[in-house]
Amino acid sequence: MERDTKPKGSARRQFLADTARMVCGVGLLGLGLGLYARHATALPPAAIRPPGALPEKEFSAACIRCGMCVRDCPYDILHLAKPEEPMSTGTPYFVARQAPCEMCEDIPCVKACPTGALDHRLTDITKARMGLAVLIDHETCLNFLGLRCDICYRVCPVIDKAITLEPMANTRTGKHAMFIPTVHSEACTGCGKCEKACPTEIAAIKVLPIYIAKGHLSAHYRLGWVEKEKAGGSLVAPDLEHQYNLPEGMRYDYGGKGLQAEPGAPAAAPAAPGGEGGAVPPAPTFKAMQGDKL
Amino acid sequence: MELTRREFIKANAIAAAAGVAGMSIPGAQALAQAKADDGLRWDKGACRYCGTGCSVLVGVKDGRIVATQGDPDAPVNKGLNCIKGYFLAKIQYGQDRLTKPLLRMKDGKFDKNGEFQPISWDQAFDIMAEKVKQTLKDPNQGPQGVAMFGSGQWTVWEGYAAVKLMKAGFRSNSIDPNARHCMASAVAGFMRTFGIDEPMGCYDDAEHADAFVLWGSNMAEMHPILWTRITNRRLTADHVRIHVLSTFSHRSCEIADNELIFKPQSDLAILNYICNYIIQNNAVNKDFVAKHVGFFKGVTDIGYGLRPNHPLEQAAGNNGYPGPDGKPKGDPNAHSPITFEEFAQFVSEYTLDKAHEISGVPKDRLEKLAKTYADPKTKVTSYWTMGFNQHTRGTWVNNMIYNVHLLVGKISEPGNGPFSLTGQPSACGTAREVGTFSHRLPADMVVMNPKHREIAEKIWKLPAGTINPVPGYHAVLQSRMAKDGKIGFLWTSTTNNMQAGPNVNGEVYPGWRNPKCFTVVSDVYPTVSAMSADLILPAAMWMEKEGAYGNAERRTQFWRQQVKAPGEARSDLWQYLEFSKRFKVEDVWPADLIAKMPEYKGKTLYEILYLNGQVNKFPKEEAAKVNAHAWAGYTNDETEHFGFYVQKGLFEEYAGFGRGHAHDLALFDTYHKVRGLRWPVVDGKETLWRFREGYDPYVKKGEGVRFYGYPDGKAKIFALPYQPAAEMPDNEYDLWLCTGRVLEHWHTGSMTRRVPELYRAFPDAVVFMNPKDAEKRGLKRHDVVKVATRRGEIQLRVETKGRNKPPEGLIFIPFFDEMRLVNKLTLDATCPISKETDYKKCAAKVVKV
Repeated sequence: MERDTKPKGSARRQFLADTARMVCGVGLLGLGLGLYARHATALPPAAIRPPGALPEKEFSAACIRCGMCVRDCPYDILHLAKPEEPMSTGTPYFVARQAPCEMCEDIPCVKACPTGALDHRLTDITKARMGLAVLIDHETCLNFLGLRCDICYRVCPVIDKAITLEPMANTRTGKHAMFIPTVHSEACTGCGKCEKACPTEIAAIKVLPIYIAKGHLSAHYRLGWVEKEKAGGSLVAPDLEHQYNLPEGMRYDYGGKGLQAEPGAPAAAPAAPGGEGGAVPPAPTFKAMQGDKL
Repeated sequence: MELTRREFIKANAIAAAAGVAGMSIPGAQALAQAKADDGLRWDKGACRYCGTGCSVLVGVKDGRIVATQGDPDAPVNKGLNCIKGYFLAKIQYGQDRLTKPLLRMKDGKFDKNGEFQPISWDQAFDIMAEKVKQTLKDPNQGPQGVAMFGSGQWTVWEGYAAVKLMKAGFRSNSIDPNARHCMASAVAGFMRTFGIDEPMGCYDDAEHADAFVLWGSNMAEMHPILWTRITNRRLTADHVRIHVLSTFSHRSCEIADNELIFKPQSDLAILNYICNYIIQNNAVNKDFVAKHVGFFKGVTDIGYGLRPNHPLEQAAGNNGYPGPDGKPKGDPNAHSPITFEEFAQFVSEYTLDKAHEISGVPKDRLEKLAKTYADPKTKVTSYWTMGFNQHTRGTWVNNMIYNVHLLVGKISEPGNGPFSLTGQPSACGTAREVGTFSHRLPADMVVMNPKHREIAEKIWKLPAGTINPVPGYHAVLQSRMAKDGKIGFLWTSTTNNMQAGPNVNGEVYPGWRNPKCFTVVSDVYPTVSAMSADLILPAAMWMEKEGAYGNAERRTQFWRQQVKAPGEARSDLWQYLEFSKRFKVEDVWPADLIAKMPEYKGKTLYEILYLNGQVNKFPKEEAAKVNAHAWAGYTNDETEHFGFYVQKGLFEEYAGFGRGHAHDLALFDTYHKVRGLRWPVVDGKETLWRFREGYDPYVKKGEGVRFYGYPDGKAKIFALPYQPAAEMPDNEYDLWLCTGRVLEHWHTGSMTRRVPELYRAFPDAVVFMNPKDAEKRGLKRHDVVKVATRRGEIQLRVETKGRNKPPEGLIFIPFFDEMRLVNKLTLDATCPISKETDYKKCAAKVVKV
């Protein structure tokens, strides 16, 4: 009854919560209590902890449910979990689509925490990692369709770091670029501004708990170009200078461009130094474009 | 729900594919197809917002727009839209649409201080007619005291009907569009340099240029779809470079190869430096210059378009204002011929050192830019918008970018050219081409020229001497004259000047609320302008009327009326024609003028202006005939009401001004069958690049290039100096204030702020500020602050992060937010030639609340 009067987002959250609870129930029956304990400390995906929150298990243990962080949030975005909600009752959270974290420079919620459940060592809000934005639905993201929305990018408080726009040619139209919003986990605070502002009926970009959102590469394979950059040069001694049989007027760029006409080509760009990025696929990206900034 | 949406997208994709396949079907394609499976009727239209001119398809069901899509067959946008265009389906359906005329009343009578009460259209026209007649008789006011303010959002025929009513009917030239605030400097620049208005190039330049230079244009946000074309060029051709000049760093700088953040006003110095560089490095295209260019020196002491009692104007010798002897002090537009050597000498003082010193731009970046223009192998397209146009030297700075392109001959060919972008859907099509300015007539003609008046009077079948030879009150002057009691009747439509006009506190509001001025606002929503009026008229918008817009690349686009306006809302066209019935010619013209055409005796303005055998030439049935290929039995509200195809009659009469004079528009019927055509359209063919043989039918074989706007076929290069701004930061008001737009909202937000998703994306205006400036004032991000200038103050939150990154000493505030009217702060200084306000520069301070 009360649910019916709640805003839409809250109803969705409840749905997610219900589903999560059902899953928990199954877990309890099938796999025993240990697993139940683990699930109980996991958050429903739409619920995000305030900035500086310790890892979920420790947070649940350290939070004394005092509500001080909720009281001190100047934007009233934080709620305390109710008993019917599938997380530790009385612990604080917010839902990005309803009201995202405004990333106050002085972080009053953290200051208010008497126990350190919100880690007082967090003094720079851009270092907060509340969650991670994920452009979760490529089919409905307007920019993936070639339109010029990019609202998630422009509302991002860490614009150009947490979200960048990576241009790609729109092969359908042949003359427009698409700007693909790309989230960078090294800068995304998980504030949720992007999810809140996404103008589609259901957000195509969402903030998720980092443990759900973030993948991890295996150690058995390394990215050659990353390793090279880290090492400041080739890991293996560089090649001899390559020489080619070529007709007059042609040259061959070992660095990546391959066969080139000698004079005619408009060579406004200075040649990339030392074959830098030689292994990078040729499609230019935003960063590549900035790399050769004049 | 989810599945339906997916299916919907897939169905769309199939429809798009079918559309592409359909292109090979010869002849005109049926645009409004039989109803699709979902019951939607799709028809073509133009986007309601900016000057890019994206085409859209509009889906109607049960008399309501339920969906739109980017038109996949449109050459401009190929099915794409920006986020504002994505929400077009919602703009007509805000909950507070105006549906009844509302008059301020007390005790059943009009009272300037009364409350708005609903009245009938009859009552509305009664009081309007009374006020117009009163104004005409008032010795302090007279015909020019009857004023109208419109916009580049008028459809072509609305603007044309308005010009006729004002200039021929009321014999008042006090009609101006808000385009005066927007691209009047571009117009004056074109007219001075080329003798003919509007860009020579087109959007196809984007696929041919080797370098793009943005001068005071944030295309990434303000022309989002065009920006994807430039980005695509940069992306797909390795050698392409983008230079962005601005007074603060913004989204277009993101992909800039060369970012030049200059001190406000110093673009003048940079442009002269580039000319100097070109000359010093022997990069002048001597053959081109010798054949196609003349050199001139402009007068300099031209003032700042402020009120005549302002100290800056009293000191100015060439502002054209009355001097102590009552005679005009010079003419700001005056210029005299010089030689190339004199020009070279003039710009020689603008060395790299000097340009760097004035602009603050690192020398290597300035040089990089100059080299781009100078290199004969690099094709350069320059784009600009408000950074150039909203400038107290706006006409100059437009002239000066042409100087650069003309010196190297990089103009009027694919990829090479200066291109002034527009911000409104029909700034070109209506405001400029129809000539809804206080000094203009259709097809680049002006009221000051007796020949032009004669031509217009002949086409309009008016007695000689009907058209007033004195320019009327332009936008900024309308506010001042209303405040001074010189305007007795002011009728505004399709714009929101109480939010967008400069110095609202000092001029616009006191003008509109002056008891001597009766202010009428035709609008679709209760904007701040509507709420500041005496009478509000409910208007029809966009797809509620048949329309035509002209975009920035000279492309004219038509649409059919798709739905009915709500309640008693009526189109501006209906309003002008109906209102003209309220006047007998004797009410508005002197007896000696009527005596020249006695057959007009006793007739109404409606009969003289619109039942003249031309406007009413096409009977009602014509509407169905013209549109039969798309829509069986089509008609529109005005045609039904007046009994003839009003839009066609007005358009064909109007097109008569330009056909054969390098402004050729195609036939009315043709436009209803195509996705727009770029004029001049001669023998059914569009013109892509003007002034170039082979591309432009007005350039004869063997001429190569001819700037035929001037009789000698030559364009003008102007020697003009750097001069400081009208108001600069000082000890008290220590910051530059720059205003502008954001991608999510269009202009004053009257449409976009009523779209919940766009409102949510950028709800309230903020003041963008450099973090160091904030720190110096003890401000944190999101603090509420007071921003004040000598003219007013507003409160808003500080933003130190985000999309705009001002340098120290400059703040940026967007003007879309009616709760935070930044134009209470702006200065009404204008370019003295174009009369366009400089919204980009005044002095402000920021203090914590």
